[in-house]
Amino acid sequence: MLAAVLSRRRSLSEHISMLYLQVLLNGLVLGGLYACIAAGFSLVWGVLNVINILHGTFIVIGSYAAYFAYVYFDIHPLVSIPIAAVILFFIGYALQSGVINKVVAAPVLTTLTLTFGLDLFLNNLLIVAFKADYRKVTLENPLGVLSLSGITVPIDRLAAMALALLLTGLLFWVLDASRVGRAIVAVRMDREAAALMGVKVKKIYALTFAIGAVMAGAAGSLMSLIYPISPLNSGIFLGKAFIICVLGGLGSVPGVMVGGLALGVVESFGALAFGPEHAVTLSFIILILFLLFRPTGIMGKRGFQ
Amino acid sequence: MNPILQLESVTRKFGGLTALDEVSFQINPGEIVGLIGPNGAGKTTLVNLVTAVYGVTRGRIFFDGQRIDGLKSHEISRKGIARTFQIVQPFPKMTVCENVAAGALFAGGAKSVNEAKEQALEHLHFVGLAALASHSAAALTLANRKRLELAKSLAMKPKLLLLDEVNAGLTNVEINKALALIRSLAERGITILIIEHLMKVVLALCSRVVVLHHGQLIAEGAATDVVRNPRVIEAYLGAHFVNQRQKEN
Amino acid sequence: MKRGFWILAAIIVLLLPWVGNNYFIRLATIMMLYCVLALSWNFIGGLTGYPSFATAAFFGLGAYAGAISQGQGVPMYLAWVIGAALAAIFATGLGLAILRLRGHYFAIASLVVADVLREIVNSTTNLTGGGMGLNLPVLKLGVDAQAKLFYYCMFGIALLTIFTAAYVMRRPLGFGLGCIKQNEDAANIIGINATIFKTIAFSLSAVFVGGAGAFYASWVNYIEPGDVFDILFAIKPIVMVLLGGAGTVSGPIIGAIVFLILEELVWRNFLTFHAGVLGLIVVFLIFYLPDGILDLNYRRWFGWRKN
Repeated sequence: MLAAVLSRRRSLSEHISMLYLQVLLNGLVLGGLYACIAAGFSLVWGVLNVINILHGTFIVIGSYAAYFAYVYFDIHPLVSIPIAAVILFFIGYALQSGVINKVVAAPVLTTLTLTFGLDLFLNNLLIVAFKADYRKVTLENPLGVLSLSGITVPIDRLAAMALALLLTGLLFWVLDASRVGRAIVAVRMDREAAALMGVKVKKIYALTFAIGAVMAGAAGSLMSLIYPISPLNSGIFLGKAFIICVLGGLGSVPGVMVGGLALGVVESFGALAFGPEHAVTLSFIILILFLLFRPTGIMGKRGFQ
Repeated sequence: MNPILQLESVTRKFGGLTALDEVSFQINPGEIVGLIGPNGAGKTTLVNLVTAVYGVTRGRIFFDGQRIDGLKSHEISRKGIARTFQIVQPFPKMTVCENVAAGALFAGGAKSVNEAKEQALEHLHFVGLAALASHSAAALTLANRKRLELAKSLAMKPKLLLLDEVNAGLTNVEINKALALIRSLAERGITILIIEHLMKVVLALCSRVVVLHHGQLIAEGAATDVVRNPRVIEAYLGAHFVNQRQKEN
Repeated sequence: MKRGFWILAAIIVLLLPWVGNNYFIRLATIMMLYCVLALSWNFIGGLTGYPSFATAAFFGLGAYAGAISQGQGVPMYLAWVIGAALAAIFATGLGLAILRLRGHYFAIASLVVADVLREIVNSTTNLTGGGMGLNLPVLKLGVDAQAKLFYYCMFGIALLTIFTAAYVMRRPLGFGLGCIKQNEDAANIIGINATIFKTIAFSLSAVFVGGAGAFYASWVNYIEPGDVFDILFAIKPIVMVLLGGAGTVSGPIIGAIVFLILEELVWRNFLTFHAGVLGLIVVFLIFYLPDGILDLNYRRWFGWRKN
């Protein structure tokens, strides 16, 4: 009788390992989304050599698009991605060809300060338009929860993660297989040579920036399921994008995936060990450590493959 | 007499590529030594190792009896080694005089910016650039830029001067002037190691020549002997040519 | 001509509190604070060419160091010195770590430091009051007297900064930093110990900023993390130096003055949108002044030689 009872109850170490597994899974799901956040940022940085401070605000715009699509038109955030994508495409293209193209060859200081200024403007617009209050997308019919021997994951989040990875993979495929994609990679490798071969560099830059914005908007749509939506959050997303790029290695899509998953897992375990409020500090410290000792990231290589 | 520069089994690898392979030789004070070899032989790498642009993978380098292969570039400069670059590297936003003054100030012992500028004018005079002292360094012709490099190196009061292809891109007339300048440097007591492609310069200037090929030292000796060395000829012109010549002789 | 101008300006500055109302005195104090921030950034950004965004980190660090010290009973002026010293020490350590990085990576690292410090301050509630902020003891002086006191204190800090900047630029240190900016490899080859020079420049860019941060805390009597670690404290000095011209003493000062005027105009006219308009100003300035707005004009007006 005693033996039967003992064998049915889970042991302490099983509980612990299940906890770790849950935390790991949470981290991976989050990490998939993070990869999508950083993909566009990495693309712009790698090809245009511009650190796009606006990226965080782009993500927020994507989130708002998903929010309003859901609240006013009952469109599920996972489905409204194209709406956000189109909006951000135009914003991105216009900004790049109108403004940023003019300083693409300028030193870091100039481009960074410029995108800072643009971000101040755009972010303030958002605050004036939508107020700084935090909004949330609360789904009326959530897709439920998947449960496997004690480990759970909400299906919405799982779907979001899958979509995120899919989009990131799509980006990779576009760069690899399409004419435009090859042109972008060529410009990144050697701008003058590409120009000599007939590539309209300025157009490619505008397109690249627009694609980066689209990825951000898509990521924002997906993030609306998890994060509260407010212009004040733009800095957080931007910070994550930085960290992922450095962790995963700049300019490679596999790197972005690795970096995103790594960050998700680090934050998940960090929250477990130090409390959620310290998870952010932890990730920043890891960023600095990587910058100091391994700036090329986990994968250790640069360049778009 | 102690050698002023001594390399012992110096090796440098970049990943899988061995740029320099167990190179050993020495330079005595007052010599003008030529460093020759086909493209990619490792000549500039050698100079980069001596000046600590990067570190040695294996081996040791001695300057004036002191070991220098672990030191940093600026320390080595202050000890008395100066070099010129194949692709000239001035400070583009400063004047010619200021460029040279930088050398005087940080390695040549000048104690203030003004003192450095005074010394700079002397060196500019020596290389023939005094008239251009207040011109921007970025606006000079190629020949003048090379002279600026030279003046900057002189301002560092070096005991050993490493010249990397100073004559690349110069006309015949300019090369002859450069030759005269280098000879007068040697007369001032500066030991010189010169990387050079032009044989006429090597034969005219150098008492001794060291030959590198694929990172290895393949010959060493008086210029006229080295030029006839079959291994050297083979390195430059290929084995086929050497066989031809031997058949002819 | 040049020296006469500056002496005249100094006299005007000294007399201002007696002819202006408290609003102007406050504005002028901020102007001098901006001068200190701009001149400080100039050491590492303008002279040495390293795009540092760490000014916000130094400012916040100095503010909290000063505030905490004062909370422990340390006299105000000493608290400012502590703020300055702590910022300088921190900068030295940070510099040895991140000055090895170039370009974008250095910029990001310096940017992130402020965020990290802010988060640390937020979480060490016992020491720093966390997100609720920190109160500082108020001086037992009348409002007018306080305004004048702080004005002259800021003037003192600004003078210190100006003299240090002028001194550095005349000495081999300034000359060497300029060499590093133009060609760091060549600088190393001619005997400049670039590591040490850069670290000194970085520490100089922190010491007066830290002191100003501690001053700010005492001046406003209440600080909170989001306030003193605000990224704008990193951006504004950069814009000011871009406005007025890097590499000189007068450039950052003029840039700070012009920027403040622009900022005041914006504050007065666009309350909810002032950040946005500031952003537009930054964008505008980046486009039309690669090297300094007044670089073209004011020097010729005053007949000064270009440095």
